[in-house]
Amino acid sequence: MIEVKSLYKSFEDKEVLKDINSVFENGKTNLIIGQSGSGKTVLMKCIVGLFRPTGGEVLYDGRDLVTMNKQEWKMLRREMGMIFQSAALFDSMTVLENVMFPLDMFSRDNYADRVKRARFCLDRVNLLEAQQKYPDEISGGMQKRVAIARAIALNPKYLFCDEPNSGLDPKTSLVIDELIHDITVEFNMTTIINTHDMNSVMGIGENILYIYEGRKEWQGSKDQIMSSTNERLNSFIFASDLFRKVKEANK
Amino acid sequence: MLLTKSVATFGRYLMLMRRTFSRPERMRMFFKQYIKEMSQQGVDSIGIVLLISFFIGAVICIQIKLNIESPWMPKFVTGYTTREIMLLEFSSSIMCLILAGKVGSNIASEIGTMRVTQQIDALEIMGVNSANYLILPKVLGMMTMMPVLVCFSIFSGFVGAYATAVIGHIITIDDLTLGLQHEFNEWYVWMGFIKSVFFAFVITSVSAFYGYTVEGGSVEVGKASTNSVVSSSVLILFSDVLLTQLLS
Ligand SMILES: Nc1ncnc2c1ncn2[C@@H]1O[C@H](COP(=O)(O)OP(=O)(O)OP(=O)(O)O)[C@@H](O)[C@H]1O
Ligand SMILES: [Mg+2]
Repeated sequence: MIEVKSLYKSFEDKEVLKDINSVFENGKTNLIIGQSGSGKTVLMKCIVGLFRPTGGEVLYDGRDLVTMNKQEWKMLRREMGMIFQSAALFDSMTVLENVMFPLDMFSRDNYADRVKRARFCLDRVNLLEAQQKYPDEISGGMQKRVAIARAIALNPKYLFCDEPNSGLDPKTSLVIDELIHDITVEFNMTTIINTHDMNSVMGIGENILYIYEGRKEWQGSKDQIMSSTNERLNSFIFASDLFRKVKEANK
Repeated sequence: MLLTKSVATFGRYLMLMRRTFSRPERMRMFFKQYIKEMSQQGVDSIGIVLLISFFIGAVICIQIKLNIESPWMPKFVTGYTTREIMLLEFSSSIMCLILAGKVGSNIASEIGTMRVTQQIDALEIMGVNSANYLILPKVLGMMTMMPVLVCFSIFSGFVGAYATAVIGHIITIDDLTLGLQHEFNEWYVWMGFIKSVFFAFVITSVSAFYGYTVEGGSVEVGKASTNSVVSSSVLILFSDVLLTQLLS
């Protein structure tokens, strides 16, 4: 479980995040949604510790990230996996080497066990046959899946995804979403996903946090989102014709 | 304004170097990278070093023999001057200047690309000290290989000089050999090695710094690569003056 308490973040004199409070539970897919530029990426970077918040607390199962010492911080990072918007695979390594990298770096297992674990993760994302290819030889959707395999290699307790299906077609997005959801449930992880894809929201949104200009505007599940009366949320979600029609049909 | 900016940049450079020079997380991974960098930056540069040094050695020999030598100069002057120029300046300093273009731009664009495609962030999230993992093998690898490259350069320069004797017949082989062996001072070779190791550090660390601190997209990577070559070249020239004075 990750808890965010009155989190503030500003760059020079520009306040990007203002007083964010939220709880992200484990075994659930937590979504952060909001317009482009609303501060989703900044919030996620504050949570994972790539940015230092200007104020507030980020609690990982009670452990505060901001006041943590170096050793605790180091241990915590081994429990985190992250999938970046651009997949961020190491392009000088093959797919298998990419997945093996965190194991090579931190695992005490011998070589055979490490290969076995990497193969298991690749198999979990259905990419075992591409293991000897380089990242630029596989499609964007496959790269994302490799990134997922790499992120779960060390059995993380916390999984972060920054726009996991940007630049993918709806069908592939669905595959990625379901994969992330299944893995979250299977390994009981705390998963936080940044997205502005409404299909993901309706598909896997178990806990949705809507950010508007750096403030928390609304929080709830995908079942509540349809009946919400929040003006700003509605204008965000029903910006698309399709969803407006769905809503009208539901009435 | 410019002064405070330079001091700030130098400070950030020192902070990056402090992160770079720490004990690697996994020695096994470090040695793997170290060997890879030695081959990529060092071994792959042998060709260009041999080529350039061969022609420079030949040209120096021709210039001195045909344009400078006069009847009242002893016969060994040509070989002697060729040797001293190669040992003292060309093979250690000018060669490093040329390699700053090749190796420096390569390192800056490689690390810069990793920065803008978030590969460095990915390393940090995993808990890897990215500066240490990426930069240290490059710096140490190049510092190991540079003296070897200097050896190749000196050797190739002499071969070039002999080529003018054998092919061009502008000087007899005996005169050239006499000159190359005249009053040889071993310290000059060591001086070349010391300078080149220092320059190797300058080239790799400065260009890694430029690549590591890229912000933005591919345009910035290009700029960083250019800046790294310019800065490391200027630094090499400056420190060349100081080191030469210091070591002579
Ligand atoms: N390193 C930074 N320095 C200064 N300002 C920044 C920095 N990173 C982000 N910002 C600002 O913070 C605001 C929020 O940016 P952020 O990247 O979080 O948006 P986002 O919600 O992720 O948008 P998108 O959906 O397009 O990815 C933007 O106005 C941006 O200019
Ligand atoms: Mg974003």
